[in-house]
Parts: sequence; structure tokens; C-alpha cells
Amino acid sequence: MTIDLLYSDIEEALRASVADLLADRSGPTRVLATIESDQPCDLALWDTLGGQLGVAALLVPEKFGGVGGSAREAAVVAEELGRAVAPVPFLGSAVLATTALVACAAADPLAALASGDLTAALAVPLAMMPGDPFPDTVRATAGRLTGHVRTVADAAVAGLLVVPAIGPDGPALYSVSSDGVTVTPVTALDRTRGIADVTLAGAPGTLLAGPDLAPTALDEALTTGAGVLASEQLGVAQWCLDTTVRHVKERYQFGRAVGSFQALKHRLADVWLELVTARAAARYAADALAGASDVAVAVSVAQAYCSAVAVHAAEEAVQLHGGIGMTWEHPAHLFLKRAKSSEIALGTPGRHRARLAGLVDLPGPVA
Amino acid sequence: MTTTETLDAADVRLRVAALLAEHDPAAMDRLDFLRARFDAGLAWVHFPVGLGGLDAPRTLQAVADAELDRVGAPTNEPRRIGIGLGMAAPTILRFGTTEQKARFLRPLWTGEEVWCQLFSEPGAGSDLAAAATRAVPDGDDWILNGQKVWTSGAHSARWAILLARTDPDLPKHAGLSYFVCDMTAPGVDVRPLRQITGEAEFNEVFLTDVRIPDAHRLGAVGQGWQVAQTTLMNERVAIGGQAAPRESGMLGVVAGTWRTHPEQRTHELHDRLLKLWVDAEATRMAGERLRQQLAVGSPGPEGSAMKLAFARLSQALSGLEVELLGEAGLRYDDWTMRRPDLVDFTAREAGYRYLRAKGNSIEGGTSEILRNIIAERVLGLPSEPRVDKDIPWKDLPR
Repeated sequence: MTIDLLYSDIEEALRASVADLLADRSGPTRVLATIESDQPCDLALWDTLGGQLGVAALLVPEKFGGVGGSAREAAVVAEELGRAVAPVPFLGSAVLATTALVACAAADPLAALASGDLTAALAVPLAMMPGDPFPDTVRATAGRLTGHVRTVADAAVAGLLVVPAIGPDGPALYSVSSDGVTVTPVTALDRTRGIADVTLAGAPGTLLAGPDLAPTALDEALTTGAGVLASEQLGVAQWCLDTTVRHVKERYQFGRAVGSFQALKHRLADVWLELVTARAAARYAADALAGASDVAVAVSVAQAYCSAVAVHAAEEAVQLHGGIGMTWEHPAHLFLKRAKSSEIALGTPGRHRARLAGLVDLPGPVA
Repeated sequence: MTTTETLDAADVRLRVAALLAEHDPAAMDRLDFLRARFDAGLAWVHFPVGLGGLDAPRTLQAVADAELDRVGAPTNEPRRIGIGLGMAAPTILRFGTTEQKARFLRPLWTGEEVWCQLFSEPGAGSDLAAAATRAVPDGDDWILNGQKVWTSGAHSARWAILLARTDPDLPKHAGLSYFVCDMTAPGVDVRPLRQITGEAEFNEVFLTDVRIPDAHRLGAVGQGWQVAQTTLMNERVAIGGQAAPRESGMLGVVAGTWRTHPEQRTHELHDRLLKLWVDAEATRMAGERLRQQLAVGSPGPEGSAMKLAFARLSQALSGLEVELLGEAGLRYDDWTMRRPDLVDFTAREAGYRYLRAKGNSIEGGTSEILRNIIAERVLGLPSEPRVDKDIPWKDLPR
């Protein structure tokens, strides 16, 4: 098994096209304005990204009308979206829901997702992580679903929900049109990634997978989501480092650029080192997902590591910007909020470490 | 040479097979086999033809190593001759004359001649360019006087790479030259320097009227600093850039202790161990990524990053291990003063590892200097004030 931790030319080209679009259409001022508007998700941007650039079709196999890409490409897109804290439903729709639907070979919704006509969400709490017990807050009886799911990513803009539920035979996945459910947006710490509470009261659902497939399909979605999220966190950290380095070169106090002070230089060198390491961990997770090898360890290492790096880089960005870093006007807070929320999303670093303890045979104290 | 530019893995395998057909490692002297391997261009394939290489991509070395390893061929014990392989050789290749390359590289690679490094001095540590060891011309020779320190393996070395001041009237960086010093020459006095572990892996080297022929100068007179940069860049890569399996090195030792001592486990130690496990695994991937980048380029400042990460990890892990041992952590295996040929973390106990790891953030560039390098060369932040850079070396305060 050969590991490839570099970026291919095709991946770099994909990155460039996403980065160009985001530079043009989703600068920090625009993001701030969007999240304070009536529609905090940038649907026009998502239309271009998902439909025209095709990122919504990346993880959809060609036989379902998609691009048939791998987590390696999705991770590159996530990096750029993180670098811009773009308020689009890439993670919820194009990664989490799409991966679950692919695992269930759900041809119709996948074709609609790939074309950009449909946006979907995976109806699980965003804090859920791979390996967690199958959710039991929704029950399915005779094709009708009843129950409650809190803090679902990108649900507010989804036309279709992929809902884990306990059916007559046990764990199952259903597709449910959002028309029949109540989706209540949550006032979120990170307003650049919409979360909503979902209430189902006898909503009609179409069975996607029964007990034989539903748990693995859900786990695959969460695992892919967690692996791709590591790259998004890398992008968040990259913006924080780049912007802070630029600031300390331009900001003069005591007659010199504050970036000439060793106390600041060393802190930024440490962030850079963390980024170098996070990039390798995130790339390894993406490569492992693409090659279906060593996936569980690679993803949990990437999540445990990259979550903390994004938070550290964002906290340093706020601190090293001084007073301006504390203002609403400066975008640093958007990245801090995204970083801190993402630390919880798809498993906290501590929970991923606890999972690793089992995966790599480092058991805790004997009771 | 144009024929070798397109060498691939299959060509390397053919050359290994040809070497083995002529030289059976099981039936011949180890050194003779290593010499034959060098002459076949399979020592370091990215080196030029005639100097142990094939002008081939660096990545193909792994192919040759694996093929030879498979048949149990002897190695040159690279860890024992790390300074020669990692520091002296790339510098000789880049700056050496045809005669110097022909004279030094083969016995360096086979390990017949061990190399050490005479750079640091009591007054020139992080500020290496302030080196005070004087080299004064005398006919076709130079006469050297001074004191070097932190010299690993000086007691078993045949040759040293050495930085000396040839012109004290110039600013510090401009007045240095770079030499190859014969460690058996009269006036070279090697004294063990005992360290906090109890052993003396390092030495002080006193140079008193040591005669070095001008033919053993590497690079031009006054070019010593630039030559030394090549050496040091390769040192950081050599220390930090090796591909390693999961849980190798210090992590493997500590994880092993954890698994075999369930009675010592606490939740607090478990949390720290898992954090370090993740850090080590992510850092291993960063090393692997750097290796993949190097395969298509040359060493850059990322090598500094790996050394910084390695130092932090090995210190945290070795500290954790002593705590994990509990009462047994109060013991120390042996304070006897020895002069080991190589550092082997695994051959000693936890207390030794903890103490020896303290050197990881000092040797080969302190972690503080590495952070300066990263901040300035990678991030482009303003340089540290250099009040001494335009002043003649002889006028600097010291």
C-alpha cells in the first residue's frame, strides 16, 4: 500500500478553480453580510460551486450521474471552503448525506444531488462521530417517521433528509422530503455553518437501507465526513496563519513591525509547524479514505490533531491581532467560531483519542 | 551520462543482480563487498557515476536497499557513520575538488573512515559564525589553533569537517573557511566531555598548531559559511527526515511500557499518552510527506520543522515514561562514564532516555534558533537585529 501525501496536478487545478470563485464571490466582508441576512446560507454561491463547478457531484459515482471523485478531491475543496469560511452546505450535503446515499445506492436522489438541483442533509447531531451507537431518537412505523434530531448540519437548506431511524426490523435509513418535517434553525456559535433541529411527526419516508446496511452506511458517512472535515480545519488554520503573519508585518509599535519581536515570531513558527503536521495528517486521512486502507486510525488521528490546530491557530490569530482581533468588523472571529464548532463536529479530539485507544491497543487503567 | 538519466527501478534491480552475480556477500569480506557495491553505483544512486552513484533519482535508493537487504547483504551501518553520510558527504559532493571526492567519498560510505564535525566552540554555539579557531597560512599548509566542542564520535573519527577563521579583519560570516581535518594529525587532542547522562558521547577537541594541507580546504578561502550552510541543511534533514513505521522510536518504547505495566496506568497518564500518540503519528506523516517532497526537490526549511517536532515529542514521551514507571522511575541504570559510538535510546532505560532527550532541542540547532529560521525564511518575518554583521570579527565584544 503506497501512501500519497502530496497534491496531484488535478487536485491543484480543482483547488485553483474553487479558490478563484471564493476569492471573487465569498470574501470575508461578503460572508459577514450573508450570515447576518435572512438567508445565512449563500445559496447563490452554492449554486455555482455545486452545480457549475461540480463539487456537489464529486463524491457521486459516475453511474449515478456524478464525477466519481474520491475523498482526496473532496478534501481539497474542503480546505478552500475552510480558508474562506464559506457558508455553503458542502459538508452536510455533498459529503455526509451524499456518502450515506452512495452507500445505499440511492440512484434518484444522487442524480438530483449531482446535478445541483437538490441539497440534502444527514439527520444526525453534528457532534456524532464514527463508531457511536446507531441513533434511536426517530422511530419508523409503516413508512412514517416520528421523532426529534437536534443540531443537524445544513438541514435548513436541505430539500431531502437522510434520516437514521429505528424501524420495525431495527436500524434503518430513510429519505424524507423536508416538506413533511419541521426544521428549526438554531442560533449557532458558528453562523457560517447552519445547524437546525429537526422534528418529524409522522413524516412519510422512503426506506434506503435496513438493519443489514444502515449502520455501515451511516458509519461510512460519518467517517468520510470526519476525514474531510480535517482538511476543512486545515484551511481554517491556514487562513489564520496567513492573515496573522501579514498583520504582524504591517503593524508597527515601538517603532518596529511587531512581527520582528521574537515572542511573536516563535508563536507563529509553532503554528506553522502545527500546520505542516496537520496537512500531512489530513492528507493521510483523505488518502486512506480514497484507498479504503487504515481508515479508522487515519481519520481519528486527523480529527484529533487538526481540530486542535484550527482552534489554536484561530486563538492565536485573535490574540496577535490585538484589539482589532476582538472586533466584529475583523473576520478573525468567523474563523475562531468555525474552528471551535468544528472541534465538536463529528467527534471532539478527546473522543477521537478515546476511540484510538481501542484501535491501537492502548487500553486505559484497569478498573 | 545521458544513458543513466532515464534509469528506473528495473534498471536498478538489474544492476543489483549484476553486483550479486560477481560478488557473493556470504562468501566475501564485508568491506570488500561494500567497496564493490560503491563501485557499482549502488551506494547512493543519486550521486554521480564513479562516486558511488548512478546519477539516478534519489527515490531509487530504496529499491537498491530493499534488494540487497533481501539477500542479507551487509550494510555500511548508516547510524554509526551518520555525520559522514548526512553532513560531510553532501558537502564534499557540492564543494569538493575532483581529487577530494575521489579520496574521501568511498571510505566514508563504506565506513572504513569515520567522520566527525568540528564546528561548535565554547564561544560559538547558536552563533556559529562567531567561530574563533584560527587558521593561518604557512606555505602549502594552514596552521590551526583553537578549541571545538560537542563533537560526537571525535574519539573514533579519522576525519573531521571543520570551520575556522582565516581572516579576523572581515565581518564574522566573511572570514571563515572550511577544511577537512585529519583527526590523527599531531596537535589534535580529543578529550571526553561527560554529559548529564553520565556518559561521554561528545568530546572537546583542542587544536594546537595542527597542520592542514591547503588541498584539504573545501570551497574557496572565505567561503566557509556558505559551505557550512550545505552541511547544516543536510544535518536537519538527516535528523528529522527519515521515513519510519508507526510506533517506531521513542513512542514505541513508551507504548510498550504502557502495555506491559497495566498496574501503573492512570487516567491522567492515559490522556497524555494518547495525545502524544496522535502527535507522533501526525508527525510521522509529516516526515513521510517531507520525504515525498524531497524525492521531487531538495532539502528546505521543512527539515527544521521536523527536527523541532521530534525534539518536543521525544522529550514529552521520555518524561511520560519515567512517570509511568512510578517507583521504578526513581532508579537509574548506570552512571558509569562511557564513550558510546552511537546513541541508542532503546538499549538503555527510561531515565537515560529522559536525560538524553534533553539534548534533542539543543544539538544540531536549538529549538529557539529553528523557530527563528522558520519565522524568517518561511514566514518572511523581519530578521533578528544583527548588530555584529558589519563589524570586523576581531572587534566584536566577547
